[in-house]
Amino acid sequence: MVWTLQSVLFIVFSVVAIFAAIMMVTRRNPVTSAMFLIVNFLMVAGIYLLLQAQFLAIIQILVYMGAIMVLFLFVILLLNLQDERKLTEKITYTKISGILLSILLVFLLSYTVYYGFYGKYSGMSENSESIGTAQELGRSLILNYSFPFEVAGFLLLAAIVGAVVLAKKKFE
Amino acid sequence: MIELNHYLVLSAILFSIGVIGVLIRRNAIIIFMSIELMLNAINITFIAFSSFMGDIHGQIFVFMVLTVAAAEAAIGLAIVIALFRNKETINIDEINILKWLILSNNKFKKCRISFIL
Repeated sequence: MVWTLQSVLFIVFSVVAIFAAIMMVTRRNPVTSAMFLIVNFLMVAGIYLLLQAQFLAIIQILVYMGAIMVLFLFVILLLNLQDERKLTEKITYTKISGILLSILLVFLLSYTVYYGFYGKYSGMSENSESIGTAQELGRSLILNYSFPFEVAGFLLLAAIVGAVVLAKKKFE
Repeated sequence: MIELNHYLVLSAILFSIGVIGVLIRRNAIIIFMSIELMLNAINITFIAFSSFMGDIHGQIFVFMVLTVAAAEAAIGLAIVIALFRNKETINIDEINILKWLILSNNKFKKCRISFIL
C-alpha cells in the first residue's frame, strides 16, 4: 500500500469518524453525544472533500453542523431533563441481541461491499473534479431535475408549517 | 491508494453504528441523532459511487437526502417537544399511547386526546 496524502487523510478521517460515532452512541449525556456527532459530521465532510464533492462538503458543514445540530442542541437545552438518571439504560436481552445483530450486519455489509466491488474501478473517474462543483450541480438541478428541486422546496415549506403547528401550545 | 470499496466499508460501519444507536438507546433525541448518522453513511455511499463512476446523479440524490434530513429533524424535534409537553418524558419505553390502544387507562386519556386533536 502506497502512503499517499489521500490515503493518510482517509485513514485519519475514517478512524476519527468511527470513534466519534461510537462515543455518540454510548455517552449518557445528550449534549456530549451532540458534540461527538458534530465531530463525526466534520470528518464526513472531509471524506466528501476527498471524493471531490466540494459543494456537498460545504453544504454538509453549513446545513448539518450549522443548522441541524444547533436545532438538536436547542431542543436538548429547551427540554431541561431533570431526571437524567431515570433515562440511564439497563442492559436487557433486547439490547444484547440488538448489538449482536448489528455486529453481524456490519460484517455482512462489509464483506459484501468489499469483495463485491474489489478492483472494479481503478481510481476515480477523470471528470470527477468537474461534477462536484456548484456550477455543475446547479446546472443539473435546474436543467434535468427542476421538478424534484421544486418538490424539495415544497417539502421544506411543509416542514416549516408542520413544525409550527406541532410545537404550538394549543391545537385549535 | 484508496479504492471504492474502502469508502463503502466505512459507510457500512457508520450505518451499523447508527443501527446500534437506534436499538440500544431509549432517549428519543439520541435516536434522532443516530438516524442522522445513518443518513450520513448513505450519503458517503452515494458520493463515492458518484465520483468513481463519473456520474452526477449520486450527488443530486445526496442533495435531496439533505433536504429530507433537514425537514425530518425539524418535524421530529417538534414532535419530541409536543411529547415532552404532554408526558414529561422522552424515554421511548414510556411513550406507548398508541400501543395496543388500552382505553381503560385513565391516566393517559387526557394527553392522548390532546395529542390526537
